[in-house]
Amino acid sequence: MHREDFPFLKTGAIYLDNGATSLKPNAVLKSMMDYYEKYCANIHRGDYQASYQASDMYEKAREVVQNFIGAEKKEEIIFTKGATQSLNQIIFGFFKNHLQEGDEVLLTKAEHASLLLPFLMLEKEIGIHLVYIPLSKEHTLTLEAFQNAVTEKTKVVAIAGVSNVVGDHRPLHEIGTFCKEHNIFFLVDGAQSVAHVTTDVVKDSIDFLAFSGHKMLGPTGVGVFYGKEKWLEEMEPLEYGGDMNQSFSSLGEVSLKSIPARFEAGTPPIAEVIGLKNAIEYLEKIGMDVIQSHEENLKQYFLEQVKSLPQIEVYNASVSGGTVIFNIKDVFSQDAAIYLDRFGICVRAGNHCAKALKEELPVQNTVRVSFYLYNTKEEVDKLIEALSKSDTLYDVIL
Amino acid sequence: MNQELKRQLILENYQHPFHRGLKKEAGYVVKNTNNESCIDNLDISLKVEDGIIKDATFDGEACAISTSATSILLRKLVGLKVEEAEKLLQNYESMIHEGPYDEALLEELLAYQDIYLQPNRKTCALLPAKAVHEILEGR
Repeated sequence: MHREDFPFLKTGAIYLDNGATSLKPNAVLKSMMDYYEKYCANIHRGDYQASYQASDMYEKAREVVQNFIGAEKKEEIIFTKGATQSLNQIIFGFFKNHLQEGDEVLLTKAEHASLLLPFLMLEKEIGIHLVYIPLSKEHTLTLEAFQNAVTEKTKVVAIAGVSNVVGDHRPLHEIGTFCKEHNIFFLVDGAQSVAHVTTDVVKDSIDFLAFSGHKMLGPTGVGVFYGKEKWLEEMEPLEYGGDMNQSFSSLGEVSLKSIPARFEAGTPPIAEVIGLKNAIEYLEKIGMDVIQSHEENLKQYFLEQVKSLPQIEVYNASVSGGTVIFNIKDVFSQDAAIYLDRFGICVRAGNHCAKALKEELPVQNTVRVSFYLYNTKEEVDKLIEALSKSDTLYDVIL
Repeated sequence: MNQELKRQLILENYQHPFHRGLKKEAGYVVKNTNNESCIDNLDISLKVEDGIIKDATFDGEACAISTSATSILLRKLVGLKVEEAEKLLQNYESMIHEGPYDEALLEELLAYQDIYLQPNRKTCALLPAKAVHEILEGR
């Protein structure tokens, strides 16, 4: 749907790597050009019209994000350069000072490097203990497995809303409610979920949420983190500089601005924040429920069609959502991706940045197809057609 | 070497590689080699005695180009003196980077003669060379 809005699709490419990044609609591109062409100025510091307008758009974007994820206050929305920076700020700026030796952090081996690695570093640094919730046979996270893994020492649950490899939608509401009742911090890596399903940080009792703009039709270079106001007040900034301090002197007297400015040192990615605002407005116009069911329909359609191809092994057929991981029998996933590229089909090969998951999956590397709102059944047909001729794969790629 | 022969050599060595199965016993030196930009990941082990490569094995997960290049290279290395091996590697690397090389020396490795046409695959073809260098130079 809405394919005419996405200029990249005019190249003829079949873009099925939305887990890596998404395409950008004209509305987003135009809003960024408008900023550069019509009111290109820094925010929060110019006494002239262009700067007022830029500041206004930037702060409006904060409200748009706030409403999109259901936050109570716009001050709880912080702009960053991406989900990775967001997660690092949360983990090193908050949890480093709120956890101590022996405290347990619950996560899974399917988590992305951006979530797992900062916690691994913290484990080495302050002696917290990372506990991996066992995954189901389908490599998904179940509520039961989560509850069984909780102990008296559990202080944080840190998981993706949607796994970037398997693609399962985690039971955020149930986990969040449990965490709230047991005074456990709930951190959600929303990089793969905010773009695809409705997010509600209040309803799901999420303490911290991180996500990137570029995976949800927005530009690269902008991300968001959400934190409950009371936690943000206790969080240390990791970056110091302009626009985040109230005053300072050479004697070391420093007073910082209030949230959210305290966490946005330096000139932020203004054009990108404006682009993200337009991306969210675009998604809202279509409706997250519509997007979610469109992706699920495409996955089901693919699974139906692929049944006729015995050489294709799908690893997450029973998992809902818009991600399929598979291999062509006896073919290295990267060779499969290179083969599909010859048909103009863009997919991802590898372990998808969840390197600890290889300890659980039957295979180390897979091909990943991840759908988004602009993908079509016709594109799935072309993928199936290319896969059906995979006996010629080496003639094509060598 | 014609295109069909190149393809056959690559495929044959990918599907039935030489000495796949890593030997780690005494006398073998093992090095890992991987591409930072992709997912190729191989271990290579060499047994060098009296300045001669007596045996070479490898294992791991890698694409058709990396795996076959490792297979062909290791097969050629067995029996060579260390200096001869270094010379072979030098010629091979030069060929991949479109420099001068001795065709007679490289033989089956000429299968990767045209890999420069796909620049992103050069690192695949060079994957085994890195580990072999490290082992021979005692790094």
